[in-house]
Amino acid sequence: MILPTLIFILVAGGVLSWVVERWHPGSAKWVALATAGIELVLTIWLWLQSASAMALPAHGGWLAEIRAEWIPRFGVSFHLAMDGISLILVVLTAFLGVVSVACSWTEIQERAGFFYFNLLWTLAGAVGVFLALDLFLFFFFWELMLVPMYFMIAIWGHEKRQYASIKFFIFTEGSGLFMLVAILALVFIHYGSTGVLTFDYFELLNTAMSPSTELWIMLGFFIAFAVKTPIVPFHTWLPDAHTEAPTAGSVILAGVLLKTGAYGLLRFVVPLFPQAAGYFAPVAMALGAIGILYGAFLAFAQTDFKRLVAYTSVSHLGFAVVGIFAWNPWSLGGAVMQMIAHGISTGALFVIAGILQERTHTRDMRRFGGVWGVMPRLAAMGLFFAIAALGLPGMGNFVGEFLVLMGLSRVNSVLASVAAVAFVTSVVYGLALVQKIFHGENTHGWQLHDLSGREMATLYSMAAITLWLGLYPQPVLDTAALAIDGPRNIATGQYHSGAE
Amino acid sequence: MILTHSDLLVLLPLIIVAASAVSGMLVAGFYRRSQPVMVLTLLGLIISLAALPLAASFGPRQVTPLLILDNYALFYMGLIFAATFVVTVLCYRYFGGRESHHEALYILLLLAALGGAVLVASSHFASLLLGLELLSVSLFALIAYPRSAERPLEAGIKYLILAGFSSAFLLFGMALIYAQLGTMQFARIGALPAVFTQGLDAYGLAGLALILVGAGFKLALVPFHMWTPDVYEGAPAPISAFIATVSKGAMLAMLLRYFVTADAHQSQSVVMALSLVAIVTILAGNLLALRQDNIKRILAYSSIAQLGYLLVGFLAFGAMAVEAVAYYLAAYFITMLGAFGVVTVLSRGMPEQDSDMLTDYAGLFWRRPWLAGVLTAMLLSLAGIPLTMGFIGKFYVLAAAIGESLWLLVIVLVVGSAMGLYYYLRIIAVMCAYGPEAASGPGTPAVPASLAESVTLALLALLLIGLGVSPGQFIHVLETTVAHLT
Repeated sequence: MILPTLIFILVAGGVLSWVVERWHPGSAKWVALATAGIELVLTIWLWLQSASAMALPAHGGWLAEIRAEWIPRFGVSFHLAMDGISLILVVLTAFLGVVSVACSWTEIQERAGFFYFNLLWTLAGAVGVFLALDLFLFFFFWELMLVPMYFMIAIWGHEKRQYASIKFFIFTEGSGLFMLVAILALVFIHYGSTGVLTFDYFELLNTAMSPSTELWIMLGFFIAFAVKTPIVPFHTWLPDAHTEAPTAGSVILAGVLLKTGAYGLLRFVVPLFPQAAGYFAPVAMALGAIGILYGAFLAFAQTDFKRLVAYTSVSHLGFAVVGIFAWNPWSLGGAVMQMIAHGISTGALFVIAGILQERTHTRDMRRFGGVWGVMPRLAAMGLFFAIAALGLPGMGNFVGEFLVLMGLSRVNSVLASVAAVAFVTSVVYGLALVQKIFHGENTHGWQLHDLSGREMATLYSMAAITLWLGLYPQPVLDTAALAIDGPRNIATGQYHSGAE
Repeated sequence: MILTHSDLLVLLPLIIVAASAVSGMLVAGFYRRSQPVMVLTLLGLIISLAALPLAASFGPRQVTPLLILDNYALFYMGLIFAATFVVTVLCYRYFGGRESHHEALYILLLLAALGGAVLVASSHFASLLLGLELLSVSLFALIAYPRSAERPLEAGIKYLILAGFSSAFLLFGMALIYAQLGTMQFARIGALPAVFTQGLDAYGLAGLALILVGAGFKLALVPFHMWTPDVYEGAPAPISAFIATVSKGAMLAMLLRYFVTADAHQSQSVVMALSLVAIVTILAGNLLALRQDNIKRILAYSSIAQLGYLLVGFLAFGAMAVEAVAYYLAAYFITMLGAFGVVTVLSRGMPEQDSDMLTDYAGLFWRRPWLAGVLTAMLLSLAGIPLTMGFIGKFYVLAAAIGESLWLLVIVLVVGSAMGLYYYLRIIAVMCAYGPEAASGPGTPAVPASLAESVTLALLALLLIGLGVSPGQFIHVLETTVAHLT
């Protein structure tokens, strides 16, 4: 029962904060904070529990599962299950939920009830995506999280919010429809060969189909996940959406929503279509490597703080894509690590951008300079996370990128060396960011008050996690490894015969 | 032909509606107030809805060669009567409430509903035409009901001329088919040995094409859609809802019955033509909606596109297709009634122009959150977003089409839906606007919604979400009743 509870808490909390705001203006954020906090406590408790549960050999990698009939006509069931990867991503979602409530504390004054409703419902949709093991249910949550996110951008966003929100919605929903068609095609092929109409993940694994059919159906899934992850050239919605969203929206987008795309590649694309993914892996890895470099180059050219961070996401998620399609224990562990570390460090950079924007009402880096003098604490945190993003050893991102490169070099050493260039380019944009904003003369005469206690608590906890991930990543890798073993057993044999 | 006792019982829903129309006229003759006639109308609709299960227990039954009352027909009658009920409620305040004298309106609505009901139960060209004319003639009067205003009159005349033309096409087509096959009964046409497989001769094919043209006008399929935006814009908002739902739904249900029982889908050329029409309809409907600034026009183009999606489900034929069309139509009825219902509630009422410009909706979320919430739910359902019936409906149609491997249509549907998001979101974005963007909002003070209107809209929204979240029960009903076309 714990799995539906995880979703229900967020749904109920969202409704409650909307209702409560009507009676007592100003109370919605407390409700939202409590909801996200309870969610975080629950998920961490689950993680601690799982550590002992996983010691048991016979659990098959699945920590919890629930299944109920939903639409029997189509063989659709309400099937949720949690393994290590979903667990880690749900913990990340809950943590970033708390962070995003904290960073909206003073930023969101207008219509706060509806804001927190949307925030919590987006999180509920994301948790549903990470837990759903029925393809219909997965798609249901996949689409469901878009609507509240759309509202967050469209109502509380910045100058070009209408354009950005509609673009975001059309890209993700449009590509999602291709996935729906692919899901249905898969289900009907399965129905044709077995006579069972079902959307269940486990039953659809190992569906027999001709190679060309498999490739087409896989592409339907791939395009939806490629837009969300994002993989170049499907990334163009991302800089706009990240830049125009309110701080919490950017944090959730970068930290959680992008992960749903990578998660989909990991959970569905390769295990369901091992052979097609095998043929396609070189293309996907090449796209990932292009994304790594392209994102880094474009990030360097930006003058808008949030846009810069948005492009670094393209670059960082490129590592996750490459890691997933290289499909060996190192690269997969690295991809999961990269997803988590990117969620924290990029989230923190967006929080910093939000703090600066709240005080100065600009994100234009040409108008900053000399912020170190007036906001030393913020500047220190800015430096810390810029360095984390550029992959300094000792921080989480380094572990992820390193493992991915290690795994990739076993599959394709040329691509590995191309991707390794990113260690240079990311230094360039990371340091340029620090240089332009924090160093130099304070020519605009900014008089800003430094971080408040709430902001410090947020950023320090994120910094602590980044360090923990960098110095002692084993718990995360262990949890993920157990889960990765499952799909690997299913997929490896066929996958590698296709890839090599 | 002698009608037996149980024949009459099966016909009860139709008889009740006809009887309430007649008694409405009598009441209006003695007591010229709109309230009693409206109450009588609602009562008649409720009783005939209640009579549907009774009729179902005696069916399926062929009553005279003209009408067949099977579960399929009864389901669509239920939809039509329920939609008419909602439209009646929406009309009351809009047309002036207690003070006004618009009894004729309700009688016309009842007659139009009767026409729609005959249409879905028809199994013969004669009853088809009868139902269609009953529906169309009532609609001419309904559209131009505010006869002192310019736009409704223009819309009424436009509809009159085009509906007249389409009936002529239909009639000519029927005559040609009769000339070749010698029967006007759907089932007999289907039973003729391999009429469609061997191919009709030029007359028969021309007849079928003419019937499709006539139906295409009614369904506003591209390229027969030109009248739709003008008529929807000009007609009073609740009447637009009626045209969008009852008139189109009845025609589509009839057409599907005709195609399935007459085995017309065996004919390659017919299927080709319909596929082409579906593709053009989806693309044109969505493209033309993109740049509209009038919400009624947007809904008009959206309804064109929705009919295109329905046609994709239609073209899958088979049991799944019949279910998919039934579910999608139910979803479409609820969303269109809800969307036009919000437009009605926001409008001041009959002599004045409807509040249908996009600017009238600026910042609606913050002025009237409930209304804006209902409209948002309806628009998201039209866009096919989860939690709403529209999502399940689109899923159903896609499932039916993919089950039959109609890949081209599926891709067009997906592309069309992606385009459609833009104009639905545009309305939602306008409603969310605040600050200077919302300042261009209406200068006239808002009219409060009547209790009946609020309850109706709330029920529609609840139904939309309830059946979108747990459609299992409803789908089961569809599976056991509607899918068995006899």
